[in-house]
Amino acid sequence: MQELIDSLAAQAAEALAAADSRATLSAFWQEYLSKNGKVAGLMKQLRTVAPEERPAAGKIINECKAKLTADYEAAAERINAAELAARNAAEAVDITLPAKRRPMGALHPITLVKNQIIDVFAGMGFEVYEGPEIEDDDHNFTRLNVPKNHPARDMQDTFYITEDILLRTQTSPGQIRTMDAKKPPIKVLVPGRVFRSDSDATHSPMFHQMEGLVVDRHITLCDLQGMLDSFVRELFGETAHTRLRPSYFPFTEPSVEVDVSCFECGGKGCPLCKHTGWIEVLGGGVVNRKVLENCGIDPDEYSGIAFGIGIERIAMLKYGVNNIGLLFENDLRFLKQFRE
Amino acid sequence: MKVPYSWLKEYVDIDVSPEELQEKLFSCGFEVEEMIDLSAGISKVVVGEITSMEKQEGTDHLHVCTVNCGEHGNDLVISTGAPNIFVGARVPVALDGATLPGGIMIKKRKMRGVESNGMMCSGEELGLNDDLYPGADVYGLLILPEDTPLGADICKVTGLDDCIFDISITSNRPDCQSILGMAREVAAALDKPLKMPATDWTVTGEADDSIHVEVLAPDLCPRYLAHYVSNIRTGTSPRWMRRHLALCGLRSISNVVDITNYVLLEIGQPMHAFDLSKVGGRSITVRRAHEGEKIVTLDEKEFTLTPNNLVICDAEKPVALAGVMGGLNSGIADDTTQLLFECATFARDCVRKTSRALGQSSDSSARYEKGVDQYSTELGLNRALHLIQQLDCGDITPTCFDCSAGLSRERSVVTATPAQINRVLGIEVPEDEMKRILERLSFEVRDDGGVWTVLVPRWREDVEGYPDLAEEVIREYGYDKLTPTFLTDAAVTNGGLNTAQKRALTTKRLLCAQGYYEASTLAFYSHADLDMMHVPADDAARRAIPILNPISTHLSIMRTILAPSMLKVIVDNLKKGNSAGRLFEMSNVYIPRQMPLTELPDERMTLCLGAFGPDEDFFTVKGTLEALAEEFGVQFTYRRETVCYLHPGMTAAVYCGDVRIGAFGKLANDITAELKIAKDERAAQNIYLGEFDYAALTACAAGELRYQPISEFEPERRDLALVCDEAVACGDIESAIRAADKRVTDVALFDLYRGEKLGKGKKSLAFTVSLHAGDHAMTGEEADGAVKKILKELAKLDVTLRS
Repeated sequence: MQELIDSLAAQAAEALAAADSRATLSAFWQEYLSKNGKVAGLMKQLRTVAPEERPAAGKIINECKAKLTADYEAAAERINAAELAARNAAEAVDITLPAKRRPMGALHPITLVKNQIIDVFAGMGFEVYEGPEIEDDDHNFTRLNVPKNHPARDMQDTFYITEDILLRTQTSPGQIRTMDAKKPPIKVLVPGRVFRSDSDATHSPMFHQMEGLVVDRHITLCDLQGMLDSFVRELFGETAHTRLRPSYFPFTEPSVEVDVSCFECGGKGCPLCKHTGWIEVLGGGVVNRKVLENCGIDPDEYSGIAFGIGIERIAMLKYGVNNIGLLFENDLRFLKQFRE
Repeated sequence: MKVPYSWLKEYVDIDVSPEELQEKLFSCGFEVEEMIDLSAGISKVVVGEITSMEKQEGTDHLHVCTVNCGEHGNDLVISTGAPNIFVGARVPVALDGATLPGGIMIKKRKMRGVESNGMMCSGEELGLNDDLYPGADVYGLLILPEDTPLGADICKVTGLDDCIFDISITSNRPDCQSILGMAREVAAALDKPLKMPATDWTVTGEADDSIHVEVLAPDLCPRYLAHYVSNIRTGTSPRWMRRHLALCGLRSISNVVDITNYVLLEIGQPMHAFDLSKVGGRSITVRRAHEGEKIVTLDEKEFTLTPNNLVICDAEKPVALAGVMGGLNSGIADDTTQLLFECATFARDCVRKTSRALGQSSDSSARYEKGVDQYSTELGLNRALHLIQQLDCGDITPTCFDCSAGLSRERSVVTATPAQINRVLGIEVPEDEMKRILERLSFEVRDDGGVWTVLVPRWREDVEGYPDLAEEVIREYGYDKLTPTFLTDAAVTNGGLNTAQKRALTTKRLLCAQGYYEASTLAFYSHADLDMMHVPADDAARRAIPILNPISTHLSIMRTILAPSMLKVIVDNLKKGNSAGRLFEMSNVYIPRQMPLTELPDERMTLCLGAFGPDEDFFTVKGTLEALAEEFGVQFTYRRETVCYLHPGMTAAVYCGDVRIGAFGKLANDITAELKIAKDERAAQNIYLGEFDYAALTACAAGELRYQPISEFEPERRDLALVCDEAVACGDIESAIRAADKRVTDVALFDLYRGEKLGKGKKSLAFTVSLHAGDHAMTGEEADGAVKKILKELAKLDVTLRS
């Protein structure tokens, strides 16, 4: 019996070693380990063994069966792994081939800058109002303290539709429309297109501005600077700060020109800031009392600050665009460079 | 405005360098746009004396000279070709290594075999002219006075050690459009006294009662001063006056004319000098021109006038355009003996309008347009009369006129408290400091128990209230003394975009995700752009708002549609080699409510799509629309439509319910054929355009979101393969299926087949129809019933089940 078992075990081990696929492995199972297999056959032959030797012989057969089963399972694992590896190898791709997707577009750089500015001031509690682009003289000039024949009208070459209707030259009429609609406290931003008959490397007949207005009690010039300091830090980096210097706008008094410390050189002087360490970014001031009065707000009770930002100018500074024309050419090679 | 440093120094003891002064001016509101250094480019040029000269052998014009340049060498050998040399002449000598304006370098070199150790210079080579330095225009070397120190720096000797500030003056400060005006600011900034120019004069001539001066238009001429000067002795002006004029870019003409120009520059007061012998009837009348009246100005141009133009007339005709230019034949000439000075305040708007309307401008009109105050008018005339006497070029008579509309000549008053001023600024400027600053700026402060009565200088017509005083204080006190605060006292407010603004941004971002780049184009175009799009003459898009004063004819009307701008962007991109792309623009179109406008037009936010390139087709663009519909929570339906610029077979109007949102489609073939791109590329172009009323789209958008319970029952799905004529639209079949039974929840096309088996002109469409019973699982019988109803409905369209 022992011989029979040994011979079978040796035979089976050989067959298992030769098995290299699920099919041969399955054949092995059929031949040795199935109900009618050779191991089961041995069990049947146990009857021919002397009864006193049977338990010992049975034990040996069972041991043999257990070993064969374990070897079979190990072989199955080996073969499965090999087949999986072969399949994986066959399915492998060149991962550097181009992706299949609809490429993303992008927002215009002017929209990007506009959104960034809105985000900063929204955090300070500013709402956003968009007024009409075709305005009347009253909102664009007269109530902003630029009466007819005022020399400040010459500062802005205006496109006229009729004697009284024009393309707004600034987003400032948004101040008037806001103050007509609501009373203090007011914090509002007015982004939008504005128009002036001017066209060269730094001027386009249409461009974008962002007006800001705060009207409340005890608002001062210091508040303007504090607010704008915060703004330039968000836009140009932690170390950016502002410098105010006197200027003139009819709707503010005092009026200031606001320079930001050069974010390219940190104020040491470089070609961007024309070696002054400062870059002019916007204008503003304390709202002229007449403007408040023109909107029915008592200038003795309330005061305000206002500012106007040229969005193209900020975009050109931030992104290093040297010709305003590029912003209106819509060359896809240009537009593709701007991502949020 | 050009302000010479040396001229300023005549009124203020300036003890800082030009660079420091530039800084000071900048911080108090006067930006120096350019500082022109007259000695720029000149180095190592000194005074030398020719001690010997002899003709150079073998040349016909060169002389070899020995030159004594004092400490720089007393026997320098220099060759020169100048004709005006003589022994003993003191001349500018550019030494070896010297530089001259224009980047010229002087080096030791051999001239015709003789070593020359530099160059003797002419006035022109140093950038001088006769007005800046007498004798500078002489042909040859600049001959300096005999007592000029040898070896001295030529710039010091000739006044080239000077600079000119080109200062930008804001429009609220017309008083600073003069040397004196800037001197006042400099004096205040440096806290130095201002030395006023002399304005005294005495009568030396005889009165003339025959002269008559009258103002008939006091609204346009609030003040008109005239003064008769007799016995005029025209001649050249003194050196200092010529130099001042030259530094400011004016040429000297004659003493009397120079005086008027000098007063214009110094005081900022334009003046006119009439030759009284040429003024008919010795009479001056200031009035509006008659309609059609003509004048010939001194530059010999004839103008036809209207009553909007103010003119100065003699007894018969206009002799000057008020504030703009004198007339031909009434001005000063060399033989003038009787002079009438005009020194007036004209309404700046009138001068501007006349100047613009006639296209005629002058230094005088430029000054009037900025504004001339009455104080300057008085000061200017007195200064001119003083100069007449100083230059001894005429006799001042007692005959003078002062026609006034009666404007106040008192100083205006502002009442303010220091607290009010500090409240504008947000810092505490000490009271005495504030007062000192205001007084430095010629304000007079009267303190009445803490309330200040501030008398404003007469030339400061811009100062009206305490915020103006706050500005005066801070610009002198220093903006760097402000302490930034962050809206310390302001109420907390709720900020950010509102719902509609957020939605607009979301829409833009959705389009970006669909591959579109945002474009930004001008809001105006021209009818030629509409022609390009084949827009018919009677189309609504032609009813565009015209601009009265367009910058060019290409940009003369406000746009009514965006598509032309988009097509131009696409064509520009194609021309640049960008052969494919997607673009969108969200901008207003401007729809007039009436023409001409009497009220503001309707500005409609419009969305324009453009897609081009080989990968696009009608359905890729339709995909964008479906994405938009999903975003807005709506369903679009598509109807055939004709749009003038789109392909008649590939155009869809987009509807949301019954509301037309817009249309899209392929660019019409005939327009594609006309595009300004290479001819052989036109046929290959695949351009799609869409234009949508964004306002209408948002109006259709789904309202508040509500959760819909998810049914526990699976829908029953049936596939229907249908056959119909080519002409039947897929959308109509889909609508019919949906309409047939309300239990239809979804209809999806999964196959479109054409083939011989079906026969010509036929097509097969296969749909998966989803059916849902609502409150229970749909049974097979129920589904069969629904299909029967569907087929019955389809039969009306001649659509049958494919056998």
